[in-house]
Amino acid sequence: MTSDVGIRIEGLSKRYGEGSTAVDALKDVNMSVAPGEVVGLIGPSGSGKTTLLKCLGAVIEPTRGRMTLGGQVIYDGGWKIADLRVLRRDRIGFIFQAPYLIPFLDATDNVALLPMLSGQSNAAARARARELLEALDVAHRAKALPAELSGGEQQRVSIARALANRPPVILADEPTAPLDSERGLAVMRILDQLASQYATAIIVVTHDEKIIPTFKRTYHIRDGRTVEEVGDGRSLVGAS
Amino acid sequence: MISLAGRDILHSWSKFALTGLGLGLLIGVTFTMAGVYRGMVDDAKVLLNNSGADLWVVQKDTLGPYAEPSSVHDDIYRGLLGFPGIAQAANVTYLTMQVRRGERDVRAMVVGFVPGGPGEPRYLIAGRRVTRSHYEAVADLSAGFAVGDRIRIRRHEYTVVGVTRRMVSSGGDPMVFIPLKDAQEAQFLKDNDAIVNERARTANNPALNRPGVPGLLGAIEASQTSGRTVNAVLVRVASGHSPDRVAAELRRWKHVQAFTRAQMEDILVAKLIATASRQIGMFLVILTIVSAAIVAFIIYTMTLGKIREIAVLKLIGTHNSTIASMILQQALGLGVIGFVVGKIAATIWGPAFPRYVLLEPWDAVIGFVLVMLVCVLASTLAIRAALRVDPAAAIGG
Ligand SMILES: Nc1ncnc2c1ncn2[C@@H]1O[C@H](COP(=O)(O)OP(=O)(O)OP(=O)(O)O)[C@@H](O)[C@H]1O
Ligand SMILES: [Mg+2]
Repeated sequence: MTSDVGIRIEGLSKRYGEGSTAVDALKDVNMSVAPGEVVGLIGPSGSGKTTLLKCLGAVIEPTRGRMTLGGQVIYDGGWKIADLRVLRRDRIGFIFQAPYLIPFLDATDNVALLPMLSGQSNAAARARARELLEALDVAHRAKALPAELSGGEQQRVSIARALANRPPVILADEPTAPLDSERGLAVMRILDQLASQYATAIIVVTHDEKIIPTFKRTYHIRDGRTVEEVGDGRSLVGAS
Repeated sequence: MISLAGRDILHSWSKFALTGLGLGLLIGVTFTMAGVYRGMVDDAKVLLNNSGADLWVVQKDTLGPYAEPSSVHDDIYRGLLGFPGIAQAANVTYLTMQVRRGERDVRAMVVGFVPGGPGEPRYLIAGRRVTRSHYEAVADLSAGFAVGDRIRIRRHEYTVVGVTRRMVSSGGDPMVFIPLKDAQEAQFLKDNDAIVNERARTANNPALNRPGVPGLLGAIEASQTSGRTVNAVLVRVASGHSPDRVAAELRRWKHVQAFTRAQMEDILVAKLIATASRQIGMFLVILTIVSAAIVAFIIYTMTLGKIREIAVLKLIGTHNSTIASMILQQALGLGVIGFVVGKIAATIWGPAFPRYVLLEPWDAVIGFVLVMLVCVLASTLAIRAALRVDPAAAIGG
């Protein structure tokens, strides 16, 4: 986390399939996100946004290129990390379009699960969870099961979960999609605040017109190629 | 680390409890089947024990009197009494028939015994032994007989003076003990018409009814009707003599077959109830398969319902082994619920069965291990499905 590099992607390519049915989903993508920065990743359907998140999230293997997370090269023509599962657990936070909370665990344990998986004691993991629920303003629902939470509360719990192991990187795939614009903006505010508070590099994939102006920087991706575009972040600053 | 399996079970406990209940009733049936078999074996042992005999002397070349018909002359016991090593010998007859109790027919095994001799039921739970030589009976509780009841066997009424417990034939019919003479008469009466018939045939046979030989026909008829038989002679061996040795000597010197108690037990268990036990074994196999299928199906559907969560768990770094053990624990949990329900159910409904159901603790232990094994096997399908889930699926499109 003390690294000057949050996320750096250099010359990343991903080809699905082989031969005549091959799809080049990513073509020589370059991108970087500094610690503490929230960048938007936008582009039309089928442009490769999810593919990029999956590569960064170490659940699919790129075809070529180089990826650096939190100062550590994780991929350079091949995986540089022995256990991708541990990488995902300890160094990457995931936020999905839907919260995907574990239905049989209450809010606290949904968040505490990650530190527990990393070997922390139940007490320490729950203390961490409470701290995050507090920060995300859902501490009063700490004992509630996901089904008993509102959509916005669920999404905040899932953000708390993504933060639980203090990852240097958070990957968010359309995190505001199920929320109304008010709540969507609130989530973006939270992410922005968390990014600067914990020096986390955050990539947010979105289609959501209302939140696009909140990014200080956005990457446009089209046909697997990225174009950087500088935003002004005005709306978010204005709202907070 | 918290128990994912435990939390999931608590979360969907009603589904779990209902499935466990259904599985448990099935397991209860399985235990009961095993208990029925154990009960049959135990009934056989009780039957042999309660007779107080050391040896069963039966017709040569038969496995009588329980497994095969056997008939020996009712006077050979006298010869046995003088045989070295024999303390007591008494005739017995066995005849399975319908007897009447009040307005109802009861299927019973009527045993003719000599009061005071081997073959007399030794342990009564009510009443007294038979003291009069006629028309008194000792009957088994399992058909609902009580002291003072009247039983009609053929043409005669008997008064129940004593009640036994668990004295049943290998077919499960309650035994009714009556004095030997009465029992022989009951068997004889059965053939009354046949004897009239036989007499006519004898009289019409010129070889047996010769005009020049007065008295021949009468002598033949007398020998035909007075030659009464019994099914076995029960022998008590004198102390200091080995039943095996005495049995061997009997087989050698008398034209009879003699079985020791161990041999008799073997005949009853290995031969007489062999088919019944194979039948029960077949049920046990099918019930086990059905239970396995139920557990497999339930655990598999429950796992498929959690595919998204499993993908998320994998994505955030949960070990495959943690996920597998979660599913396995749920299957085992289902097994434990099923076992407990099954054990309780079998204990509750066991006594309602017409035959003795013996629920052995050791069978329960084996049953528990078997249930657990079945659950492990049944969960493999679900575990395989869970391990195939791609963590990338959690990120979606
Ligand atoms: N598993 C796969 N096998 C083959 N082709 C794939 C696979 N996944 C995605 N693709 C293709 O790769 C390209 C990029 O897909 P991707 O899912 O990254 O798009 P996206 O930008 O996330 O689109 P959307 O906004 O619709 O979610 C598309 O052409 C898609 O058809
Ligand atoms: Mg997508």
